[in-house]
Amino acid sequence: MLQIPCPFCGPRDHAEFTYGGDAGVTRPEMDSDDLGAWVDYVFIRDNPRGPHREFWHHVHGCREWLVVERDTASHAILGAHRARDRRAREGRRE
Amino acid sequence: MTGFRLPTGGRIDRSRPIDFRFDGRTYSGFAGDTLASALMANGVRLVGRSFKYHRPRGIVGWGVEEPNALVTIGEGAAAVPNLQATMVDLVPGLVARSQNRWPSLGFDLMAATGLFARFLGAGFYYKTFMGPTRGAWMAYEPHIRRAAGLGKASRDPDPAEYEIVHEHTDVLVVGAGPAGMAAALAAADAGSDTLLVEQMAEPGGQLLASCAGSAEDTWRRAALDQAAAPNLRLLTRTTAIGLYDGNVVGLLERVGGTGALVRERLRIVRPGRVVLATGAIERPMLFADNDRPGVMLAGAVRHFVNHAAVAPGRRVLVATDNDSAYPLAFDLAAAGVEVVLADRRERPPDALVERAAAAGIDLRRAATPRAVSGRRGVRGIEIRGPDGTVHVACDTVACAGGWTPVVHLASHRGAKPVFDAALDAFVPGPPEDGIACIGAMMGVYDTAEAIAQGERAGLAAAGRAARRARSRLPAVSALAGGDVASPSGLPVLPAGADAATVFLDQQNDVTAKDVIQAQAEGYRSPEHTKRYTTLGMATDQGKTSNINALKVIAEARGETFGVMATTTFRPPYTPLTLGALAGRNVGRNKLPERLTPMHDWHLAKGARMIETGLWMRPWFYRWAGAEVGAAYVGEMMQVRERCGIADISTLGKIDVVGPDAAEFLNRVYVNGWKGLAVGRARYGLMLREDGIVFDDGTTSRLAEDRYFMTTTTANAGPVLNHLEFYLEAVWPELAVHVTSVSDQWAAMAVAGPRSRAVLRAAFADLDVSNAALPHMGVLEGAADGMPLRILRLSFSGERAYEVYTPAGFGLAIWERLIAAGAPFDLKPYGIEAMGGLRIEKGHVAGPELDGRTTLRDLGLERMGSTKKPYLGDVMARRPHLTDTRRPRLVGLDPIDPAKRPRGGAILFFEDEMIAGHGRGHVTSVTYSPTLGRHVALGLIEGGAEAHGRIAVASYPVKEEFALVRVVDPVFLDKEGKRLAD
Repeated sequence: MLQIPCPFCGPRDHAEFTYGGDAGVTRPEMDSDDLGAWVDYVFIRDNPRGPHREFWHHVHGCREWLVVERDTASHAILGAHRARDRRAREGRRE
Repeated sequence: MTGFRLPTGGRIDRSRPIDFRFDGRTYSGFAGDTLASALMANGVRLVGRSFKYHRPRGIVGWGVEEPNALVTIGEGAAAVPNLQATMVDLVPGLVARSQNRWPSLGFDLMAATGLFARFLGAGFYYKTFMGPTRGAWMAYEPHIRRAAGLGKASRDPDPAEYEIVHEHTDVLVVGAGPAGMAAALAAADAGSDTLLVEQMAEPGGQLLASCAGSAEDTWRRAALDQAAAPNLRLLTRTTAIGLYDGNVVGLLERVGGTGALVRERLRIVRPGRVVLATGAIERPMLFADNDRPGVMLAGAVRHFVNHAAVAPGRRVLVATDNDSAYPLAFDLAAAGVEVVLADRRERPPDALVERAAAAGIDLRRAATPRAVSGRRGVRGIEIRGPDGTVHVACDTVACAGGWTPVVHLASHRGAKPVFDAALDAFVPGPPEDGIACIGAMMGVYDTAEAIAQGERAGLAAAGRAARRARSRLPAVSALAGGDVASPSGLPVLPAGADAATVFLDQQNDVTAKDVIQAQAEGYRSPEHTKRYTTLGMATDQGKTSNINALKVIAEARGETFGVMATTTFRPPYTPLTLGALAGRNVGRNKLPERLTPMHDWHLAKGARMIETGLWMRPWFYRWAGAEVGAAYVGEMMQVRERCGIADISTLGKIDVVGPDAAEFLNRVYVNGWKGLAVGRARYGLMLREDGIVFDDGTTSRLAEDRYFMTTTTANAGPVLNHLEFYLEAVWPELAVHVTSVSDQWAAMAVAGPRSRAVLRAAFADLDVSNAALPHMGVLEGAADGMPLRILRLSFSGERAYEVYTPAGFGLAIWERLIAAGAPFDLKPYGIEAMGGLRIEKGHVAGPELDGRTTLRDLGLERMGSTKKPYLGDVMARRPHLTDTRRPRLVGLDPIDPAKRPRGGAILFFEDEMIAGHGRGHVTSVTYSPTLGRHVALGLIEGGAEAHGRIAVASYPVKEEFALVRVVDPVFLDKEGKRLAD
């Protein structure tokens, strides 16, 4: 029963969100032909114990895609940012 | 003699007698009784048969720890099995039945031979049905299941209602014993919204074990008087079943009672702070035949005596290894019951010895119970003492084997319990943030100390600093404490007792012998022993057995108790019904039902509706036939030869708007979009990142920066999520906005040779000529002020138009088309015919876009642009996805028109063995009225190269085998003349 602090809607139950996968991976450039890079992006994931940045979609709320930092061991939510905010994607906290 | 009602005392209401039935006989109890206390008051002591061995069993405990007295309450569809008699309130009209006995409780054939004991020992399933004898399981399973079992659930729908409530509170206190009551009062007094929950019918916990008028009872009453504060809520009959992430607590409230609208209510509470005061459960003592009816927990007996005014027997042997059983002995003696007190210790405290002597109690020191005599109930017990072994006649044995803190909730989030040698018990480890553990669950057995600790915890939970105790509550220093820990050094399993009849887990019939044998066989981890012997895996989750089992294991291995960790505690703490978990999400309320604006029209015109996802859609209409088989064929003919109209409002619709919209579409679709002119539509396909086809649909360009996208019905939500993800997370630099407008637009397809005539008649102001509105053309306009967006698109292969109008006008436009179409014989058609029409044309849909197929597999590789990168393009070039042996889309033409292939059938080439996964499968089948036979689509190795070959469509489940010729997937009008005309 996680609660995610949506930057637009405030703290909301995780049932309003859908999980969107690891936000730590970087998508290759659109014109990249490097199959290995694409395979890494699509399939290869770390499985860390501890803080993990991941996409969540506030699908039953404001419909924003967020980058949420969640501790995979304790399930503590450490923060949530708009996905379009590159600082969040690059792992820097505000 | 067995149990009887004491003439005075107790908290029952003797002015309100209640009749109830148990196994067909009528008995009488009082308001305030549980089923267990009422049965005991009527002298009923045999209440059930055990799970595996069908041994006679009686009541052991007072509350949720009860392992034996499981009953079925109610009759017929309303019957609820496996309820603990100790947790069932006595209400008028209560009907209870014992379980797992045949033919009757008193004479059980399964037990008569004692045969099962020899077979059903530890690891029975694993040993008996592995290797060559594994197949025997199939033969024996029904018999074993019948022999070993609990109560049976009704097969009829449960007539009871359940509900789920979500709520918030500042402070949640679990357990209304002395510690919990003190905590809740303090938190509420400090201004916090406080919720106090208690699983029993009455708040008080261990205080209820003391008689009315005692210091404990006085304190309890005073505390309850003060609990009437507006910011303090007390819920009784409410068990906290689990503690989850974010400290969310699940509460199961047994609303119950006959005639109650809701039987159980699941409350999902998100408290600011949690105070756990979950108490402790007494441990049974281990000796031979310790499961005989009449062997009980001492603390439970004290509740029966003082709360329900029931004595379990006339002559009670109280066996203890600590101080906590002495108050029971005194209370029994005061009630006129003959008491023998057997203390395993050589030197009990002098004060207690003196009081026992004064009460005329026969106290035996250093006395260890070894074996019970009596088959269907206790008749005596063998006691080994310093002077040898003696037999003591008694009808009840009350055991006090020490206390086990209830650490379940404190462990649910993963904190491991830690061993406390002084307490001889496991207590919660360091609690998670926002949780405090107090009272007996922390080994604080002294009532005064628990109350003081509760007050401190309540204030802390309310965010207040500790302060003096509440002066308005009576002084509590007079309350009893004492040493309740079992002394180390005494083995839990008495020497010389037959371990095969020493029951650890009475509900699952696991004996000390089973657990010792598991050690000999190498199951060294307690988790493995648990699974191998099923110890602690019954519905009581080993509340009375786990610690004794760990002690037996430690003794068998010569280790110190406490070194080995406990097994894992998981929710729910007590069983709950599936009904409570489902709440009102049952039947038609399980999922929302989506209806199109024309829904009522369809029903009025005799449509048979069908669920597609959440949508209700017309399957077929009765004008074409009473059964789907005839009707859809008639509707297909109607479209091919005249014209039909179908409700396609369920299609996903998305507005794609912004200066970069064309660039965005170029990236998410495989084909190019920059060349699409305003006023034109284009078919588009999307891939997933892994290169597999995701969805298809058409997108129309309404203006330079404005597109109208449609998706399949099934993928309306997923496509929008997908587009939003790329715009937000991947390409935030693109100035595009996407908005779902699926519910804003009604849509209808008008298809067939006469479709243009129908449109012309319906919308006289619009120019729908081939020149003005050619195939893939878009026309925006209005009819009597009702906006229209008409796309000339064809799914059926006929000349066809998709007419969109704002949802509120949907029915009006539909009826306008129906009226205008009457001279042209326009008729509605459903989704079965829609599917048949597209199969005849080789158009792919859900069965082909099954999440495993690529563009190439579907014969659509030419749609993929070579001039621009698109989502999934590189991944689609992975070697496995471009393997020429992958099954690819073909048409399948039956050789024998009488034998039609079935959707899902496996395809083999005709000269091959019919074995294994085959060369592909049949995806879609329809009868083609135009061709006069069934036709199918499928995926087969080689695709177009296999055209002309004969294949077998094999459906082994129904033993159907149909020969088909592999052909081009387009069965009709290969040149596409009809739709362009």
